[in-house]
Amino acid sequence: MSNSYYDKSHLAKFGNITELQEKLGTKFFDYYNAVFEGGELSAREKALIALAVAHTVQCPYCIDAYTETSVKHGISEPEMMEAVHVACAIRGGASLVHGVQMMEQAKKLTM
Amino acid sequence: MNKNTVEIDFHPELELLRNRTETLRSLPAFDEKLNETGLHPLTPTGLDILQVNVGYMCNMTCKHCHVDAGPHRKEIMPRKTLQHCLDAYDMGGFKTVDITGGAPEMNPDFRWFVDELHQRGAHVIVRSNLTILVTNPKYRELPAFFAERGVEVTCSLPFYNRVTTDRQRGEGTYDRSVEALKLLNDLGYGKDGSGLELNLVYNPAGAFLPLPQQELEADFKRQLRDKHGVSFNNLFTITNLPISRYLDYLLRSDNLNDYMVTLVNAYNPVAAEKVMCRNTISVGWDGRMFDCDFNQMLLMPVEAGDSNATYIQNFDTETLMKRRIRTGQHCFGCTAGAGSSCGGSLA
Ligand code: SF4
Ligand code: SF4
Repeated sequence: MSNSYYDKSHLAKFGNITELQEKLGTKFFDYYNAVFEGGELSAREKALIALAVAHTVQCPYCIDAYTETSVKHGISEPEMMEAVHVACAIRGGASLVHGVQMMEQAKKLTM
Repeated sequence: MNKNTVEIDFHPELELLRNRTETLRSLPAFDEKLNETGLHPLTPTGLDILQVNVGYMCNMTCKHCHVDAGPHRKEIMPRKTLQHCLDAYDMGGFKTVDITGGAPEMNPDFRWFVDELHQRGAHVIVRSNLTILVTNPKYRELPAFFAERGVEVTCSLPFYNRVTTDRQRGEGTYDRSVEALKLLNDLGYGKDGSGLELNLVYNPAGAFLPLPQQELEADFKRQLRDKHGVSFNNLFTITNLPISRYLDYLLRSDNLNDYMVTLVNAYNPVAAEKVMCRNTISVGWDGRMFDCDFNQMLLMPVEAGDSNATYIQNFDTETLMKRRIRTGQHCFGCTAGAGSSCGGSLA
C-alpha cells in the first residue's frame, strides 16, 4: 500500500475495478472504448478534448494518459497548452460569470 | 575467424535490461512469457527474407537509431561479403532481399549489389532514410535507378509534420524527406497500378508505443496528400526496441522502467508467433548472421554450432532451420500490442 493518495501504478490497474460489480464495470469500459473510436470527431480531436477535461477534473491519471495519447497523435506541446487554456478559460469563466449573480444579489440587499 | 569481429557472450545492454532496477528485476523473462504461450523455444518457420546490413555509415544521426549509425561509422560490408550474400541467395529459398544500414546507399558497392540481385530476379527492398536521396547529384539518380529495377523502397518518416520529424532526425529532415518523396512519386512510386511500391516506416518519437497501424496510415495518407500531394502504399509502424541509442534515451529521460513495464504488459502471443526472426536471416557488415537486426546490434550471432557456421560464406539452410532463436528482454519490443517487425505490425 503506498503512502500517497495517488499511485502511478494504479492507472495500469484501472481494469481491475471490474472485479467488484463486473457488469457495471464492463459496461463502463465498453462505453468508454466506444467513445474514443473515430466517429464524427477524429480520434485526434477527442484526445485534445479529453486532455482539456482531464485538466478540469484535475485527474493525474487522465492527464498522463491523454498527454501520451496526444503525443502519439503528433499533437505538439503548444497545441496541448492551448487546450489546457481552453479548459482554464471555461473554468475561470464559470467562476467569474457567477459574479453577476453576486452583483445582483448585493444590489438587491443593499440600499 | 574475421579479426574485426568482437566475440561476446552476453551484451551489457541485455544485462542492464534484466537487472538494472528493482522494477526490471521483477519483470518476467521473455522466455517465460514464450513458455506460457507455448512458443518456447522460439524456432524458425522458414528462410524467406535475407536482410543484409551493408554498413553502419549514415548521413544522419537520429536520436532513436538502434544501429547507432552515423557519418563516423566505418563498418561497411566489402564486395566479397556481398558476393557471399548473393551465393546464399543462389542456394535458393529466399524470396526477398532486404537491404538496410546505416544508409545502404553509402556502401560503394550498393548499385552493383542491387544489379546483381535484379539480374537474379530477386524481390529487392531498399530501406532508405529519404534525405540521402536528395543529398547530392550522385544519390539523386538513385530513385530512377530503383524504378528501372523495380526495387521496393521502404523509407523512414517519423511523422507527417515538421516539428516531430525534425526533433527525432535533425533540423531540415522533414522538408528534405518530402522532396525525396516527390521525386519518387514523379517516377510512379506509390501510385496505383505502377507496380512501384513505396512504403513508409513510422517509429514513435519518444517513450510510447505506436498508434494502431491502420489508423496512423490513414492519417499519414490524408496529411501528406493534402499538404504536399504525396502518396505512398503502406505505412509500417515499428516499436522502438530498448537497445543502443534508444536505450540511452530511455535511461537519460528516466523512462526505462515505465517503457519496459508497458512492453511486458502489452505482450501479445499472436504477435509473438509471427516475430520476424522466424523467417528472416540478418547479415552484418562482416558477414556474420543473426536472427534479426537487433540481435546484430547486441552482437548475438545465430546459434549454429561453431563460430565459422555463423558466417554467411558457410550458409547452410539445414543448420539454420534447426537453430533456436536467441532471445532477451529486448524481444518484448516485437511482441507488444499489435507487434512489430521490419514489415510493420504483426497482429
Ligand atoms: S535511424 Fe536510419 S537514418 Fe537515422 S541514423 Fe539510423 S540508420 Fe541513419
Ligand atoms: S528482437 Fe529479434 S530475436 Fe527478439 S523477437 Fe524481435 S526479431 Fe526475434
